[in-house]
Amino acid sequence: MSTALPLYAQLINLFAAVILLLAFAMLAQRRVLLLIDLFALQGFTLFLSTLVVAVKTGQHHLYWSAGLTLLLKVLLLPWILHRLVRKLQIKGEVEPLINIPTTMLVGIGLVIIAFNVALPISQLSHTITRGTLGIALAVVMLAFLMMITRKKAITQVVGFLSMENGLFLAATSATYGMPMVVELGIALDVLVGAIILGVFFFQIRDQFDSLDIHHMERLKDN
Amino acid sequence: MMISLSGLLGQIFSIALALVLAPLLTGWVGMCRAWLQSRSAPPLLQPYYMLRKLFNKDVVLAHGASSLFRVAPFVVFGCMVLACAIIPSLSTNLPLAPAADALALVGVFGLARVFIALAAMDIGTSFGTLGGRREMLIGFLAEPALLMVIFTVAMIVQSTSITTIVETLGHRELAIHPSLAFAGIAFTFVSLAENARVPVDNPATHLELTMIHEAMILEYSGRHLALIEWAAALKLYAYSCLGLALFFPWGIAGGDSFLALLAALPLLLLKLVIGGSVLALIETVSAKMRIFRAPEFLGTAFLLAVLGLLVRLLLELKA
Repeated sequence: MSTALPLYAQLINLFAAVILLLAFAMLAQRRVLLLIDLFALQGFTLFLSTLVVAVKTGQHHLYWSAGLTLLLKVLLLPWILHRLVRKLQIKGEVEPLINIPTTMLVGIGLVIIAFNVALPISQLSHTITRGTLGIALAVVMLAFLMMITRKKAITQVVGFLSMENGLFLAATSATYGMPMVVELGIALDVLVGAIILGVFFFQIRDQFDSLDIHHMERLKDN
Repeated sequence: MMISLSGLLGQIFSIALALVLAPLLTGWVGMCRAWLQSRSAPPLLQPYYMLRKLFNKDVVLAHGASSLFRVAPFVVFGCMVLACAIIPSLSTNLPLAPAADALALVGVFGLARVFIALAAMDIGTSFGTLGGRREMLIGFLAEPALLMVIFTVAMIVQSTSITTIVETLGHRELAIHPSLAFAGIAFTFVSLAENARVPVDNPATHLELTMIHEAMILEYSGRHLALIEWAAALKLYAYSCLGLALFFPWGIAGGDSFLALLAALPLLLLKLVIGGSVLALIETVSAKMRIFRAPEFLGTAFLLAVLGLLVRLLLELKA
């Protein structure tokens, strides 16, 4: 019975569930700006979850990664994305390749797969938070799904960043976080990636007058 | 099974309370909506005035109306009274409760829906048929979502009887159930759709493009219409009580005594007042969506409920 679980484990489970919920909300969201806000919210939940793990286990580097999460994924990256949307004057709605209800159904299938795959793996782990491994895997797969099914480059970038959220959750839940160097490296990677992709957006738009990456199929040598 | 006198008394009291409170709840939601939209609010007793007016009027029947058309309001009203009787609002000591568990309750709602849709098609007007079809569309999407919500809660308690659910959830130490959070959101979606509330239907409109519930009851008049309006209020009350019972079960009396029942009354009133104003808030901030978006809305509710089940399996059931 879940009443046997201590409070912090319940909190971590709750935050993990909220992250999964937000991943689905992002999948269902039609507006670009709201999508970015949802991403920021997901980052904030991740920050809270990491903080709880840090307080519970007393591992110092987890405080650092929680702070890094807050700084990067809640403040900096959403701000960059908001600025990009404004500068590129992206208006209107996200254009999915498959319609949204179908995407959601596929998403549920992915969640079932992720949970089943993660179950035997999480039994090997001895951390208090191993149950959330399945959720982390599901978030990664849902973000992947979002990258695959969206036409516009900017939503694909949000999907990419959300995938990193999932990986981070997996790292904290399975092994109480990666070593500091790795985490710093990944955080920097993501930041630089977002900035470079931002520059790409301008290039893509200059070339094709649109952010639809389908046009890029015309880029062939011959 | 022996039915104790106090149990019987409590059962009768809770039915009477439902009959009295249901129009008040509808009136309260209307008041809150008016305030939020900065209109001057109708009086709290407005639904009562309307019921009295309708009961005093004569019934006008269409030429083609069959007996089904005349029976349907009574069946719908009866279904809603039964639903209010088996959902524990004040006490879990309900002699009628063994008659139907949560799954049968969904069936009772379904029975009412089928009757009102049939009655709407009975006259043969285009509006009635349109409303009946739309209602069935909403219904067949909302029902599985509601069932999934009930399954999620039933898995936690290991029983589908509503009284057992309330007793188990209400009288044990506080625990955070992420699955219940999912189920709660899904249940909110379903109740908005089932009670013809704003994102799906607008109870205050008679615009042919959008109306669902109103289109079905256009041909009704007099006491028939009064019964249907009362049944709609009872349905809102039943859904509110079901939501309170599943997700906020604290304060519902478990014992036998009539006094405990009365003690539970203020808390129920408080919960209903808060619930009603939240409903008004949701209705005010959200826009009515196109009818073809309703499947997506209810599909999301179904998905959330399934997610709740999955999260329950993954997070809360491990050894």
